Amino acid sequence: MKTHRNKTCWCLASGMVVIFAAVASAFSAQTPPADEILKRVDRNQGSDNKIIVAEMIIHSRRDSRTVKSKSWIQGVKQSFTEYLEPAREKGTKMLKLGDELWTYAPSTDRTIKISGHMLRQSVMGSDLSYEDMMEDPELANVYEARVAGEETVLERPCLVLELKAKKEDVAYAARKIWVDRERDVVLREEMFAKSGKLLKTLEVKNVARIQNRWIQDRMVFRDVLKSGGGTEFAIESIEFNARIPDYIFSKAALKK
Amino acid sequence: MIKFLLKGVIRDRSRSLFPIITVTVGVCLTVLVYCWVEGISEMIVSSTASFITGHVKIMTRAYYQEADQMPNDLALMDVGRLFSVVKKEFPSMVWTVRIRFGGLLDVPDENGETKAQGPVAGLAVDLLSPSSPEPRILNLAKSIVRGRMPSQAGEILISEEFAGRLGIKPGDTATLIGSTMHGSMTTANFVVAGTVRFGIAALDRGAMIGDLPDIQRALDMEDAAGEILGFSSDFVYRRKPSVNVTARFNASHANADDEFSPEMVALRESSGLASELDMFSYVYAVLILIFIVPMSIVLWNAGLMGSLRRYGEIGVRMAIGEDKGHIYRSMIAESMIIGIIGSVLGTAIGLTVSYVLQAKGINIGSMLQSSSILITNTVRARVTPVSYYLGFIPGLGATFLGTSISGIGIYKRQTSQLAKEMEA
Repeated sequence: MKTHRNKTCWCLASGMVVIFAAVASAFSAQTPPADEILKRVDRNQGSDNKIIVAEMIIHSRRDSRTVKSKSWIQGVKQSFTEYLEPAREKGTKMLKLGDELWTYAPSTDRTIKISGHMLRQSVMGSDLSYEDMMEDPELANVYEARVAGEETVLERPCLVLELKAKKEDVAYAARKIWVDRERDVVLREEMFAKSGKLLKTLEVKNVARIQNRWIQDRMVFRDVLKSGGGTEFAIESIEFNARIPDYIFSKAALKK
Repeated sequence: MIKFLLKGVIRDRSRSLFPIITVTVGVCLTVLVYCWVEGISEMIVSSTASFITGHVKIMTRAYYQEADQMPNDLALMDVGRLFSVVKKEFPSMVWTVRIRFGGLLDVPDENGETKAQGPVAGLAVDLLSPSSPEPRILNLAKSIVRGRMPSQAGEILISEEFAGRLGIKPGDTATLIGSTMHGSMTTANFVVAGTVRFGIAALDRGAMIGDLPDIQRALDMEDAAGEILGFSSDFVYRRKPSVNVTARFNASHANADDEFSPEMVALRESSGLASELDMFSYVYAVLILIFIVPMSIVLWNAGLMGSLRRYGEIGVRMAIGEDKGHIYRSMIAESMIIGIIGSVLGTAIGLTVSYVLQAKGINIGSMLQSSSILITNTVRARVTPVSYYLGFIPGLGATFLGTSISGIGIYKRQTSQLAKEMEA
């Protein structure tokens, strides 16, 4: 009798192990490694060069205002932005070359290098900082990732990835991103300080299919340390692998 | 009776010299420390009022909550109208509009590239109107070290120390890099008209003073300003009138439901000065207590010694029928005479030294290098009407207390034992 009971228990236990192994292998077969997901996200969003016309609607504590800009971006190291609206900001330009950032204001005809604590300042009063602009957008280069679960965002199945910075000198020591499983596009993001404090959030409102890529064309950035209503970012037009003349990425172009 | 006691005090020096010296030293120190603390307190209040708070200050409720961060995004709008309203409602006060701002002052080289750069604590005031009270409030004319006062738009003053650090001189151009009231980065070129030294370390590190319309343009604050400051017509801060003006203004203009409605705050409540001013009040109370208690103990001891020495005298007085209470009261009266003499001498010496410190002052600039307190480098004592009588409180109090305690021994002596004691 006792031997029979032992056999039954053994059979149940081994059955559970088999079922658990089957479920785990099925899950791992469907869920690619976290680093692979990051690389796919980078591939979807990155390109050799692109030209973007975008609008930022900045909701401050008191009012809202719209800033329009055109950016020429080459790889992850070079970018040039010209502000088109409002009238006061028209003609203001920003140039990023590697780890350096310059801004030019036509009213003073001065080119000023943004460095040190100024990098933490807000761009045009938005919830984005110059440091955000200086970041290397290729996540796989900067963060190591781990899959933390699955959730649904914007009615799309998403993998939740927890990212931890590989190096010290990054704007955010940790991030949590919700990646669309099929489209490889980030639909939600939380950015954290080294202490674990939540600093900023990104909530994607719409994703569009542009030149065979899934691109977030409307999103809201929110600096949780600010009391405003966040910054809406809407892409008006985006052109991938566009031809950008070399002179654009020079300090001389700032004064043109 | 008093004449009799006075003669005794003067003729019998062994009875009065030590207590008088004790009272004189104590009173002198009380007066001196009071005048010194009063001087420091007055300087902090005066500097803070001139540069930061005024005697009253109008801000939006939201700005007031974060005033230390100079949140110009929460500044007063339609400030021209509000300025006219307060001038009309409180005509006895002097009103002025200001913007405080932070940023960087950038000095270009011949190619327009950054040659030097430093953080600046900026103040926008009405520099150019002939009727502006600001040059007087900020004592600008006397503070100029090099150059001149700004005479046209686009000119600024910067602190001499800051100018030295940036290698900039009057006539040079510098670029202000700051934030507009909407949070955008802004740049504006200014010509340095002159350099100033306020003698206040916290300001001399990196101050910039610009004309209000110039800074309003630079910071995108057309008809907006962070603060409207009000001063009494004689520029002397008095707490009660300031509080009254504040209450009247807030009753008609403040709105608890609108964080951008204007709110007036008296000097005491703004910039955390309330705790500092309270601290000074405590200092006075502690000061008087400190001198009364040890002086009382010393004088009590002196009284006991005197009683021992005058044991026979008191015995004779009791033997010839003098009432114990009368003896006790006469000793207290005697001690009060000593207290008055000591207090007069102590006050005279204390006031003399205080007047010298008021005129000359002591330079403590080296101790204020990294200080954020708005106090001049040369600290002076301040003699006030209170200085003339304050010393009498510990002077008379301690002598009264000391003699009252030591004199209790008189009541313990038995008249029946007097003959025996006298024989001994």
